[in-house]
Amino acid sequence: MTTVTSPPIVPPVAAGAQAVDAPRRRRRGPRMRAGAMGLLIALPAVALFAVFSWWPIVRGLVIAFQKTNLITTDWVGAANFTYVLADPLLGKALANTALYAGLALVIGFPIPILFAVLIAEMRRSRRIASFLVFLPVVIPPVVSILLWQVFYDPGTRGLFNTVLAAVGVGPLPWLQSPSSAMLSIVLVATWGAFGSTAIIYLATLMSIDTQLYEAAEIDGASIWRRIWHITLPQLRSTILLLLLLQLIGTFQVFTEPFLLTGGGPNNSTVTLLMLIYRYAFIYGNFGAAAALSLMLALALSVFAAVYLWLSRKWSK
Amino acid sequence: MSLTGSTRTLTTVGGEQSPRRGRGIRSLERSNVSDADLSKRSVRWGYRAIMGAAIALLLLISAGPLLWLAKAAVSTTQDILREPFAFWPSGIQWENIPDAWNQIQIGRFTLNSVILTSGEVLVAVFAAVTLGYVLAVLRPVYGPVLNGAIMATLFIPGVISLIPLYLTVIDLGLLDSYWAVWLPNGVSAFNVLIMKQYFQTIPRELFEAARVDGAGPVRILWSIVLPMARPIIGVVALLAFVASWKDFLWPLLALPTPGKQPLSVGLSTVAPQAELAVLMAGMFIAVLIPIAVFTVFQKQFITGAGSAGAVKG
Repeated sequence: MTTVTSPPIVPPVAAGAQAVDAPRRRRRGPRMRAGAMGLLIALPAVALFAVFSWWPIVRGLVIAFQKTNLITTDWVGAANFTYVLADPLLGKALANTALYAGLALVIGFPIPILFAVLIAEMRRSRRIASFLVFLPVVIPPVVSILLWQVFYDPGTRGLFNTVLAAVGVGPLPWLQSPSSAMLSIVLVATWGAFGSTAIIYLATLMSIDTQLYEAAEIDGASIWRRIWHITLPQLRSTILLLLLLQLIGTFQVFTEPFLLTGGGPNNSTVTLLMLIYRYAFIYGNFGAAAALSLMLALALSVFAAVYLWLSRKWSK
Repeated sequence: MSLTGSTRTLTTVGGEQSPRRGRGIRSLERSNVSDADLSKRSVRWGYRAIMGAAIALLLLISAGPLLWLAKAAVSTTQDILREPFAFWPSGIQWENIPDAWNQIQIGRFTLNSVILTSGEVLVAVFAAVTLGYVLAVLRPVYGPVLNGAIMATLFIPGVISLIPLYLTVIDLGLLDSYWAVWLPNGVSAFNVLIMKQYFQTIPRELFEAARVDGAGPVRILWSIVLPMARPIIGVVALLAFVASWKDFLWPLLALPTPGKQPLSVGLSTVAPQAELAVLMAGMFIAVLIPIAVFTVFQKQFITGAGSAGAVKG
């Protein structure tokens, strides 16, 4: 600590007395101070990262091979993995999670792009449109889930069924039937998330060099051709990245199925994260939960690496 | 990942005035559909029809469910279930709001949400400012290693640390205390990243000049960097606020005592027993604060959320 406080007094004096020596001293003095002080400034946040980010990641690798009851901990080799892989529900949960990710992709992926392209064309109404598109993003998922649960009322007087009846469809069972439950979950999740990606696309669209549009217009390209040949290609890298982020995110879905259906009906909406939650917090089997977490994280990391490698290769 | 696109987006966060007036206005006025296109009658009408339909659709999709929630918050349970599209056939039930506040503890949960969110925002801003400053301005020898270790967490799927983080919080004796939510949720590599990139756009001559004048690292942070960083601090604070207000799984695990839980967790636990109309009133209260904050700081939200893509790209 004393080295931190003493040097500052020296440089000003030295700078005045020995002009030749000054630049060198001045350089060294503050640099060293910056080192020690910098460490002090960074220390609290680094400690936070160490305890709550880096250590849990490392510990995740360790406890996947352990058994713990929160008092004693033993090494059990690969027993947690064989336990998880032998769970008859694992295949179902994996299929459900893949179905969720697939449906979320088909329904949720094009919508933000469409809205972003439309909002980018707006003039006076752009402010209100971006307000509206982002509004669902600030709503807590728990509120939208509880709200949509009312909309999904399977009776003929349910809100969605009333709308469908007006066009001669339904009533649909929504969350009550294994065949439509997952779709209903995807709709809620998409409502809560489409605005955040739309805003990211919009930011990309707003940064497109306007000269591209001017040149295309002078060349006589129609509006549709401009969208096809300028707007969409300029969005390419953002699309590729958000596609990856969405897949990684949807494979870790939890809150929506947990609160809307609890995994039912007939386990048709149990996801991998719900299985992890059950292992850890219902059965108290933290080792199995950590093992499944590790397998999912590894699979997603490998997928992301291959995806990024391929998309970079194709971009060349 | 190339991060080149980000500086442009982030400079507009800070230098709001100048870039907006220069390059910005032109890009606001010009996209696919030009003024020349709009001078044609057929294009103008098609444009107006499509844009009008888009706004109407957005109103229906985004605002519709929330307006319905506002209506349901002061309806009777019977009306909510039997007449979802009617406007208060049994009259307006103002008493739902105080009932929700007291009977199903929405007041307590709201207070907890405010406490949790404030702490998380403080921790998030503190961590992002200090680390961003050290990495972007002080640039110590260990900087690249620290930077790599922080950024690596951006690419590791979050699921891996859920169980170990829970066990760590238990080990530290923090379970069921607000610290169990404040500290882990303040740790965000993304916040450090956008803060760092913002600091990198501040001309280094400013720091050199301050150093020559004898200012130490703390003084430079306090008197030069912080005043200039106000816009980006606002963005980080707002992103942390929304993330915290929406968070469900972690506070559910970290705060088992109902009296300490935030709105998101509290609503889900009272939902099965509560009277539907009172629950709707509670949910309405739960969305008021985030909607109000978003309405006031819309520009900062949109820039912050938009820069997310530019930074990650």
